[in-house]
Amino acid sequence: MFRTLMTTGILALVLWACSSRQSAEESAKGSPTIAEAASPQTEVHGMEKKEITLNSPLNAAWVAAGEGIYDLKCLACHKLTADKLVGPGWLGVTQRREPLWIVNMITNVDMMLDTDPEAQKLLEECLVRMPNQNISDEEALQLLEFMRSNDGEK
Amino acid sequence: MRRKFISLLLGSLAATLILLTSCTPRNPTQVIVGDAAEEVYVAPGQYDEFYSIVSGGFNGQVSVYGLPSGRLLRIVPVFSQFAENGWGYSEETKPMLNTSHGFVPWDDSHHIALSTSKGEHDGRWAFVNGNNTPRIARINLKTFRTEEIIEIPNSSGNHSSPFLTENSEYAVAGTRFSYPLDNEGAVTDVSIETYKQNFKGTVSFVSINPESGRMGIGFQLLLPGVNFDLARGGRGPSHDWFFFSCYNTEQANTLLEVNASQKDKDFIMAVNWKRCEEYVKAGKGRKDRVRYAHNIYDEETHTGNSAIENEVIVLDPKELKDIVYFIPCPKSPHGCDVDPSGQYIVGSGKLAAIIPVFSFDKMQKAIAAGNFESEYDGIPVLKYEDVLHGEVKKPGLGPLHTEFDGKGFAYTSFFVSSEIVKWDIEKLEVVDRVPTYYSIGHLSIPGGPTRKPHGKYVIAYNKITKDRYLPTGPELTQSAQLYDITGDKMRLLLDFPTTGEPHYAEAIPAELIAPNSVKIFRIEANKHPYVTRGEKEARVERKGKEVHVYMTSIRSHFTPDNIEGVKMGDEVYFHVTNLEQDWDVPHGFAVKGSNNAEILIMPGETCTLKWVPDRVGITPIYCTDFCSALHQEMQGYVRVSPAGSNVPLRWTTGGTPESGLTSTK
Repeated sequence: MFRTLMTTGILALVLWACSSRQSAEESAKGSPTIAEAASPQTEVHGMEKKEITLNSPLNAAWVAAGEGIYDLKCLACHKLTADKLVGPGWLGVTQRREPLWIVNMITNVDMMLDTDPEAQKLLEECLVRMPNQNISDEEALQLLEFMRSNDGEK
Repeated sequence: MRRKFISLLLGSLAATLILLTSCTPRNPTQVIVGDAAEEVYVAPGQYDEFYSIVSGGFNGQVSVYGLPSGRLLRIVPVFSQFAENGWGYSEETKPMLNTSHGFVPWDDSHHIALSTSKGEHDGRWAFVNGNNTPRIARINLKTFRTEEIIEIPNSSGNHSSPFLTENSEYAVAGTRFSYPLDNEGAVTDVSIETYKQNFKGTVSFVSINPESGRMGIGFQLLLPGVNFDLARGGRGPSHDWFFFSCYNTEQANTLLEVNASQKDKDFIMAVNWKRCEEYVKAGKGRKDRVRYAHNIYDEETHTGNSAIENEVIVLDPKELKDIVYFIPCPKSPHGCDVDPSGQYIVGSGKLAAIIPVFSFDKMQKAIAAGNFESEYDGIPVLKYEDVLHGEVKKPGLGPLHTEFDGKGFAYTSFFVSSEIVKWDIEKLEVVDRVPTYYSIGHLSIPGGPTRKPHGKYVIAYNKITKDRYLPTGPELTQSAQLYDITGDKMRLLLDFPTTGEPHYAEAIPAELIAPNSVKIFRIEANKHPYVTRGEKEARVERKGKEVHVYMTSIRSHFTPDNIEGVKMGDEVYFHVTNLEQDWDVPHGFAVKGSNNAEILIMPGETCTLKWVPDRVGITPIYCTDFCSALHQEMQGYVRVSPAGSNVPLRWTTGGTPESGLTSTK
């Protein structure tokens, strides 16, 4: 059973990787007036974050804002315990992962699933692509603050 | 190399076909010469150059195609219920189909009018008429959703609609069926044979707010009992004017096929809408008590609201002498089209052997000089020769509609002789003709009815399909055909099937619409009264016999997905909020045995499905839109107990009460 799941997962990953590469090539050739036009509703993800500064102590307002975003957009799939729901539980995540990894997973999930072996391993386990939840850079930092608070940081 | 070989092959094939068909030029297998396939081929992943916004005719909707591929991109539900996404079935969209007759689940949509600024496409809205129960709808081209539907009072058969003035100040609505107007207190129970005394026509000018697009009945003209058919707004020099074709000036009320074709000439009606506006402002209008529904869909609450309005301002051209004039036009005119310069008005007499072209300048001169041949029901009739720019002689049989390429040429569809005829507007000479398969109705050039046509193609919307496609029993798809018009000769490139029965369509360059397309509804901006902002708020509430389920959906589960405590006699409202914020991730929602439709919920949206359980037991619910690898797992159960049972209201997701997602009330 596990084997089947694994195979399906890998197959899905391969298929996805192919289709994603292909579509990138094609859109590069596509009608430039449309493809390059700026959308007023820009999708927030897609730019890799290369550095962040961590607050110490935690910014309490960010923790609260992060919890609000969690309730609205993350709680459906992630528990605050270590238990997996649709995706992994958040307890301990800030010890397991680098802050940049977490932030990019939130705002650049397509890039991460495309390039990051750890993210790909998670997709194989969970089989549901983590959705882009239209979270801004600032909101991602607030979520990170909330995760650190959930992991006991002050 | 390979392409060359294929071209060679196609070339020789075409040559063979020409040889084979030279004796029967009207053979349905039209000879395609050259590289037509390459000209319409849009490679996988590439975009079409134009959107074509196409009326659905008897399906009451609007469909959207890409050109030149002819690929169907979307059906936008407007006047008819659409089980596919719950339009007219969900609690939020039912009010959009409300009318003064109550809920009307269907209409017949004929004509598209894309909004213009300074006479050019601005890509903001598409308007479409409801022909049967007179209405005009406005579609937002950012969301491709119907945002507003206004009913037209004192109207029957809203055919002459919804064509626009140059800056989209007004959409028009002219009655095809004159009838005894049913404003409050009017005597309407009369013999049909009293048509000439009691039946009236109206033309309404529906105002459009330049910012919001919000419509209102600006004013209405009280007119003789004839049939108004089609219309076009003036532009440039004729900006202040609107032109309407009308037939049945015989005022027949039976066997119109014969009785409305008696006179040699009917009319093009010219209306000075600017002057009308001034009269309305000066208080010259009469206020009539009427009833009409005005339905507005709010993008933030994701909910439609219907209100009944009661007043309309009526202007009477018998009293206000300088707002309406009749121009005689041969043989039951159908199309009434204004060229890009705004100088020429083309009338197309369905039964005429010529196409008359009228001159706006000449019309102005004749009006100024007071040169009228007569009055028709108190309205001045101009002299044909005074207003005529000239006639296109022997163009074909049964001219219907005309579009323009912006290069000085007009393209007229001929129903009876099944062809498109290209002619020079100034010289009034036919320069090319091409057959259509079969019996063309409307035709469309991208930007063809605007001040600045985009040209490139003409699309024929044909009425008869016959042998163009694989047969599917007695009922066939409708046939559209795409022709290249960049050269001297029109060239057929492509046949493509369409849904419903397209009448008029407008095509617009993709770059005017695509960059503005909305991808998601922001969940933070969702102001639906039953929104569930995150799973923590998911719950079930009982209000007497009403059970309200505040439900969320995300890949790939509902919360709650196990519900108990529903009883026979309850009305259950599932308010499903899609928590996704990613483009193209809708979730569906369906309930076994529901006497309703499914709903499709876009990311960030809330939709409500009402369900009245009809039996005791366990009813499954599930997601109908394949959303993830675990879509087949996206399901749940509702337990229905007998009326009076004491099973408590209880909802869970994830099973155990310890999960924190279980509650009891």
